[in-house]
Amino acid sequence: MSEKGVLALYWAASCGGCEIAVLGINEKILDVAAAFDIVFWPCVLDGKVRDIEKMDDKSIDLCFFNGAIRTSEQEYMARLMRQKSKVLVAFGSCAQEGCIPGLANATTKEAIFQTSYHDTPSTVNPDGIRPQTETEVAEGTLYLPFFYETVKTLGQTVDVDYYLPGCPPEPERIWDAIVAILENKLPAPGSVIGAETTVCDECPRTRDEKKIKEFKRTWEIIPDSDICLLEQGLVCCGIATRAGCGALCPTVGSPCIGCYGPNEGVDDFGARMMTALASVIDSDDPEEIDRIIHEGIPDPIGTFYRFSLAHSELRRIALPANGGSDAKLETAESA
Amino acid sequence: MADERFEPKIIAFLCNWCSYRAADLAGTARIKYEPNIRMLRVMCSGRVDPSFVLKAFALGADGVMIAGCHPGECHYLEQNYKTMRRFSMLKHTLKAMGMEDDRVRLQWASAAEGVLLAGAINEMIEQVRALGPLDWPKNWSENGKIDEAIEQLVEEHAEAMEVPV
Repeated sequence: MSEKGVLALYWAASCGGCEIAVLGINEKILDVAAAFDIVFWPCVLDGKVRDIEKMDDKSIDLCFFNGAIRTSEQEYMARLMRQKSKVLVAFGSCAQEGCIPGLANATTKEAIFQTSYHDTPSTVNPDGIRPQTETEVAEGTLYLPFFYETVKTLGQTVDVDYYLPGCPPEPERIWDAIVAILENKLPAPGSVIGAETTVCDECPRTRDEKKIKEFKRTWEIIPDSDICLLEQGLVCCGIATRAGCGALCPTVGSPCIGCYGPNEGVDDFGARMMTALASVIDSDDPEEIDRIIHEGIPDPIGTFYRFSLAHSELRRIALPANGGSDAKLETAESA
Repeated sequence: MADERFEPKIIAFLCNWCSYRAADLAGTARIKYEPNIRMLRVMCSGRVDPSFVLKAFALGADGVMIAGCHPGECHYLEQNYKTMRRFSMLKHTLKAMGMEDDRVRLQWASAAEGVLLAGAINEMIEQVRALGPLDWPKNWSENGKIDEAIEQLVEEHAEAMEVPV
């Protein structure tokens, strides 16, 4: 019997979509099981952290880690999986760039707790109780991990060998990555396993000169079925987004929101979007430019950093303790 | 110490054809401006990607200036109009991030306007000084006592795995 590889999959701050995407490779999961012993996959298999702690360092050949890091427990697991794994892959957008959990960086821990434990209409909490990291009960002490002010990506927490983009990664791309790993045809460590072009290159729409006087929201127009969505005024992020999805959204008339992350060579997704959109606006008058931008893009963080706020240059909004006033936070939240 | 004046660090991107020459002119004409500014020459203000500005802030700059030829006078015909639009977009985003407006400035300065550029630099330094240090990296540096909590987790795991007698 040939030696099987050892595989682990873990999830941190994520929605579970990445786990489903792994199962989206369908019957090929049997090929994965044939090639690897799966030692740890909390979503699917029973397993104990204690067992992983007791394994030798680097005894896991491959670890797919999805999810961002927002609690001390997730940070512990990230460090543990790094220590035990030969190859650690940041799997999906949350691990790569923070994704939707990373949008918590557009507010504060205090505001999140206030909403979750006090303000939502469905919350009944007359005593104003909030979860504590340590609670004494008759049976002993109960512990909870502590919650971070700032969501981090996996790469900001531990060394990552490869990144697999997407929210979630398309099953075909997951399979491509597994094959690349099995055949040892991996790119240089630290790189993204994926295409090196943009969604526009996969988009079937016809492209011409882009000049727009007004940005439109998706509910405002029924887009023409053949012409580039950006030319029709919709903020389509395909121009900055890595290919790999097959341009699913623009093909059916919905603008790309950037879930496949920044294209090769782009560090800050939002900056690239700003650069590109600035070239498209058809005005040389400062006041008109301001009006087009302010009216057309009321929520710049949500538009430019929907998936990449935690990974962006600025990572988060200013904290009140560090110059960002509460008034400003409200503006940012209501924007 | 408390009485010491805050000296802001300001990064400036100046275009090769107008603003950098304006800065040169200020130098040869011995027009003084405060030394808080670090100038970087780029071929055109249109070369300044917003990521340069964001990166400057992420590395600890207190303010960023972009300077270029006056609209209509760009060496590359119309690239500074792109700068104008990009700057508006960047400012809109920075505001949402909770950054004060005065920390970024777009300044048009022709090769003959050394006095104007020096004045703009001094004005910006004063504005940023009044705002105080930005120290953007501090926004994400405080997540609590992570290492301590992690050491404790191992003990908690061990405790949780103990089989009651």
